[in-house]
Amino acid sequence: MTQSNAVPKTLFDKIWDFHRVGERADGRELLYIDRHVLHELHAHHGFSHLEKRRRPVHRPDLTFAVQDHTVATKPGRDDDSNPSGAAFLKAMRDGTRRNGIRLFDLGDPEQGISHVVAPELGIVLPGATHAVPDSHASTVGGLGALAFGCGTSEMTHILATQVMALKRPKRLRARLDGRLGPHVGAKDVALRLIAKLGVAGARGHAVEYAGSAIAAMPIEQRMTLCNLNIEMGGRSGFVAPDDATFGWLAGRPYVPQGVLWDRALAHWRTLESDDDAEFDREVALDCSALEPQISWGTDPSQVVGISGRVPDAADVAPSRRAAAESAYAYMGLAPGTPLAGLPIDRVFIGSCTNSRLPDLQVAAAIVRGRRVAPGVTAMVVPGSSSVKREAEAAGLDRVFRDAGFFWGESGCSMCAGGNGDRGAPGERCVSTTNRNFENRQGPKVRTHLASPATAAASAIAGRIADVRQVLAGAA
Amino acid sequence: MQVFTRHTAIAAPLLQDDINTDQIAPVLHGRGLKEDYRAMLFHRARRRDDGSDNPDFVLNKPQFRNAGILVTGQNFGAGSSRESAVWSMLANGIRVIVARSFADIYRENCLQNGVLPIVLAPADADAFTARVIAADGAGPFTVDLVSQRISGPGGDDIAFDIAAADRMRLIEGLDDIGLTLKHMDQIVSWEKGAAAAQPWLQTARDNR
Ligand code: SF4
Repeated sequence: MTQSNAVPKTLFDKIWDFHRVGERADGRELLYIDRHVLHELHAHHGFSHLEKRRRPVHRPDLTFAVQDHTVATKPGRDDDSNPSGAAFLKAMRDGTRRNGIRLFDLGDPEQGISHVVAPELGIVLPGATHAVPDSHASTVGGLGALAFGCGTSEMTHILATQVMALKRPKRLRARLDGRLGPHVGAKDVALRLIAKLGVAGARGHAVEYAGSAIAAMPIEQRMTLCNLNIEMGGRSGFVAPDDATFGWLAGRPYVPQGVLWDRALAHWRTLESDDDAEFDREVALDCSALEPQISWGTDPSQVVGISGRVPDAADVAPSRRAAAESAYAYMGLAPGTPLAGLPIDRVFIGSCTNSRLPDLQVAAAIVRGRRVAPGVTAMVVPGSSSVKREAEAAGLDRVFRDAGFFWGESGCSMCAGGNGDRGAPGERCVSTTNRNFENRQGPKVRTHLASPATAAASAIAGRIADVRQVLAGAA
Repeated sequence: MQVFTRHTAIAAPLLQDDINTDQIAPVLHGRGLKEDYRAMLFHRARRRDDGSDNPDFVLNKPQFRNAGILVTGQNFGAGSSRESAVWSMLANGIRVIVARSFADIYRENCLQNGVLPIVLAPADADAFTARVIAADGAGPFTVDLVSQRISGPGGDDIAFDIAAADRMRLIEGLDDIGLTLKHMDQIVSWEKGAAAAQPWLQTARDNR
């Protein structure tokens, strides 16, 4: 929708320009943050910093807090179920109480991972700015919000001022076209894109995901895609909101109601890049022939299709060879090894990447009536207590439990192991999370990133499996 | 924040690309809120499986034990936003990181904490790396942010670029929040404007 008399703008520019409060003496632009969500690993640093300097939290009413990184997942958990988390949980509770911030605490029916809780409650809105002291903040870009991950000092800065002091990022449009094949989803698209661009491919850029594959994607998948934006180094990542977005948001507790909803909706419909708007960079990916993807190495760009093999160092870019060599050793894989068929010890379905209800539905449909292979430890950890409740209402917990999965309470769990859920040294794990870094899921654990469908199929097969073959009964 | 003007220290070469925050500062379990940032730095790389020191890791070599400048590859600090990945540098006296490039959030976290992130022009980076390897910890390098030069064994001074604003912030040890609080009037008037233009942004209320 180009206005003839105005300079064409990208969606990024529209949101940025509206939220630009001013420019600081050092040239940084002050960007107003509409919604700020804290978690317990970082928050206590900010609270004590501000208290020491007697600086108040400027907008506690626009600030929310969750307990997610350190919470135990076992049924009947309390503060002490994970001894190394107890101090964080308590400091968060005290800090939010003193500052009048709404906390989704352990035991709250809406507790969960920040990037799952904020959108499902409608705390995130299209065209709004959002910040979380966690690098996967841009998950909520799936709703058309401009979201930034930040460090601890930046978090404290937002608490005190409700703005971020930023350099304006460049604009990248990723055009993802084509129809996804059966059992191929946003996770596969994202892994392929990261493989194509590299782990620093989008550094310094705000990424707009566009194209026919995106238009057809349900909201939860758009969030999966935007979640992985940081794995190619992007500063922020989002999808322009559309009718699917508005339908998804309608009626959620924190979205505007009545006439305010109508007014908001009218504005949200203008949130798209103008036809002639210029991007600093454009990349394209045809998704129609994409097969399920899986990582073979120790960073999220070391990815192949499920029918692929561990690449030869000679076939990777010269700058990536050293990384490949060290990945072979860590992963215990020789070049040329096919991924499908590798025996596994563990499967984890969860994290802010893939723990929303549709992710669990996809996995449950594959697991239903089957059994986890002997010797494989398989876990499902819903992204929020709400997701858990909805899944249980639909009987998914029974499907997973009957198959031999552990069904846990919500939290980050094995994504980073901050709550003590970790694998044993040497274990090979198919995981729906976002990082396959060395030791992330436990010392010497070998992580293979994949979609919920691939993870579920692999749990059943006892080895890395092509979900399409498992369902066809060929595995 | 600690002021940064000039820093003289041994430079250690850790010449890998894409070193991530999980490698720089792995989460150490069981310490609660009182984390040991000094022990955290490259905790896994520094140790062998049996817990003993890994003598092959550069920062464990006798000549680099007190290194205060780290020289590294592309995309340093990829991954998490955890600031402990910078605090662990500070706790070990490392105030300068010379990388081929930095991950965005990591670079920002450096500036927030008085750690100077330097990216040299490619030819200078090659030359500097060669000099650091040749010096092998025998003599220190001096990084002067006022004159924007690196001096040390093996050749002439090397000039480096840094955005004027970032340089000022480090030299003056500016309180970042204090800088922004000077704009509080603008922030409050933005809020008034937003409350009129897009009122749903200025209230976040549970409507149940
Ligand atoms: S699930 Fe993982 S990536 Fe997501 S917020 Fe938790 S620790 Fe961070």
